[in-house]
Amino acid sequence: MKVALFIPCYVDQFYPKAAIATLELLEKFGLEVSYPKNQTCCGQPMANSGFEHLTKGCNNLFVQNFLGYDYIVCPSGSCVMHIKDHLHTEENEAAAQDIRTKVYELTEFLVDVLKIEKLEASFPHKVGLHQSCHGQRGLKLSQMTELMAEPFSKPGHLLSMVNGLELVELDRKDECCGFGGTFCVTEEAVSVKMGKDRVLDHERNGAEYITAGDLSCLMHMEGILKRRGSKVKIIHIAEILNHHLS
Amino acid sequence: MKVQDHAQAAAQFIKDEERTDWHDETLWFVRKKRDLAAHGIPEWEQLREWASQIKDHTLSNLSHYLESFEQKATANGIRVHWAADGEEHNRIVHQIIADHDLKRIVKSKSMLTEECHLNEYLIQKGISVVDTDLGERIVQLRKEAPSHIVLPAIHLKKQDVSDTFHDFLDTEKGNNDPQYLTEAARQHLRDYFIASELAITGVNFAIAETGGFVVCTNEGNADMGAHTANVHIACMGIEKIIPKAEHLGVFLRLLARSATGQPVTTYSSHFHRPREGQEMHLVIVDNGRTRQLGRADFRNSLKCIRCAACFNTCPVYRRSGGHSYHTAVAGPIGSILNPNLDMKANADLPFASTLCGSCSNVCPVKIDIHEQLYKWRQVIVQAGYAPVSKKLGMEGMAAVLSSPALYHFSGKMGRTTLKYAPFLVNNGFNPWYKQRDMPAPPAESFGEWYQKNRS
Ligand code: SF4
Repeated sequence: MKVALFIPCYVDQFYPKAAIATLELLEKFGLEVSYPKNQTCCGQPMANSGFEHLTKGCNNLFVQNFLGYDYIVCPSGSCVMHIKDHLHTEENEAAAQDIRTKVYELTEFLVDVLKIEKLEASFPHKVGLHQSCHGQRGLKLSQMTELMAEPFSKPGHLLSMVNGLELVELDRKDECCGFGGTFCVTEEAVSVKMGKDRVLDHERNGAEYITAGDLSCLMHMEGILKRRGSKVKIIHIAEILNHHLS
Repeated sequence: MKVQDHAQAAAQFIKDEERTDWHDETLWFVRKKRDLAAHGIPEWEQLREWASQIKDHTLSNLSHYLESFEQKATANGIRVHWAADGEEHNRIVHQIIADHDLKRIVKSKSMLTEECHLNEYLIQKGISVVDTDLGERIVQLRKEAPSHIVLPAIHLKKQDVSDTFHDFLDTEKGNNDPQYLTEAARQHLRDYFIASELAITGVNFAIAETGGFVVCTNEGNADMGAHTANVHIACMGIEKIIPKAEHLGVFLRLLARSATGQPVTTYSSHFHRPREGQEMHLVIVDNGRTRQLGRADFRNSLKCIRCAACFNTCPVYRRSGGHSYHTAVAGPIGSILNPNLDMKANADLPFASTLCGSCSNVCPVKIDIHEQLYKWRQVIVQAGYAPVSKKLGMEGMAAVLSSPALYHFSGKMGRTTLKYAPFLVNNGFNPWYKQRDMPAPPAESFGEWYQKNRS
């Protein structure tokens, strides 16, 4: 099985620990994982701002980098959703189409492809799970509260295998944190207010850590937590799943 | 006065954080009531699917259903008028009023008349109309616009209403008791109902098969107005048509539950023909709807039944208030309808969203609202309505991200700059820093780590 690691640009630059945890986790399951080193970004920041027409360069680059793998795994639901929905290239549309079906968010890859039922991980803390919208509603990683349907949660399922971890109940299970790409600066007031409210929900319910499948949400919430001098920390889900007591 | 864009108006709204929290929690409470009501119906998702399909079908055969509706309605004795736009709609309504030379006019809630600015038009002609929906009356007295399509005065608290009633209805100052205030409104409106000569109402559903229409209210104000008046004018957009009466079984069940969590609206009144001695008019309005129907990506926004579930669930709406959308229909649905009416004036609205997707999933007729927001963004940028600074920023970003060499270089620069002087961070990012810190920059990127440790 040829697996490629797709690391979003801001994770590469600001949160390498989450990327390392993703890689180590996949290697633990005996996979041979490569990291195509010329990758940059999926193009979502431009596309969501209305500039999808400027993503041709990113798209071509993405196809060149990720052609020929069986699976492409990424620790971000948002970037995966963007690739699945919007990766096109005039140069090689067949390849783009193929890649769109092979790209997986980390937790869905672990649950749906590797069918993990056991993990050697421990994280003895109270953790709040933030459902990043694109992963949840876009990739259906968890059931959403809007629908009248059976609940399930792929990230929740994985976290339940971690020793010592206690998942806290939130008042609002799946409200958006307000990051929203360039929304976080163009609509700064609303974005921050949403983030504050989200963070407070976790604090109120006793979380020591906020985890999520998307570091963009976590980066935004971390910025607010730090500014407020909160003790609550953020951690990407890959880091928890890869965590041992040393 | 220049209209503020959504981001500015929202920032203004949020300055009063306590009120913002109250607004957010009040609407979230309505969303939770909706969840509870929907959970009570095992076939909820099936109903949504049916509703969506009935509307899709109707939109694909709109001219057919409109014609058969007109035929039946006319045979029933209703006078049907067609208006190409808001202006013509207002003219028609005014003409009917002028022909009868009537003064006492009541109007129940109709978002269409808000969209067409009927009240303002009539005021210019020297005619005043009394809005009889409680929330609408409150905002009318305050000379404000409704901030929500189902709960028009949801931006106001009890004390605001008390102050307004004290000023206009002479109620006790400082008495915030809802019962007392409602009773005062009741007495005040009763006079208008009894004396009403002409009643204007909206239409929730018009049934092609029967030529009748249904108006839903919780206060019974549409009925009270229409029952005493000798002339009834109902105004509807062309998208209000449904093929058959039996389809009401789908839509009425969805509408009230989605809107307020009630099993059904208190009054779902069926009008088929004028009563003896009464005149009944129906004004059917296009106002950009056929243009929207012609936009493949956006046509299904016309499926909307105006339940406002997308407002109540929207985390942005709840924290920015309806007036920040500066249009008659605010919220997520407004953000995909209004660019069709005036793309330039409403170019900010599709950007007033995080694209979280909650709206599309509460919507009882399954409009893919958040996907249309994304598509409108592309259309608006292509049409040249994006700010120049944003355009330059995006072009710069695209150039860096399309080139691995540039990307690796600027990543390094970005991280070092960040480490030593956070305030130097790229100008476009400054609003980030106002209320948030930046992440602590790591010593090396993942790419650099990988180079050392794996290859
Ligand atoms: S778009 Fe859907 S949820 Fe929003 S008001 Fe219309 S019908 Fe209701």
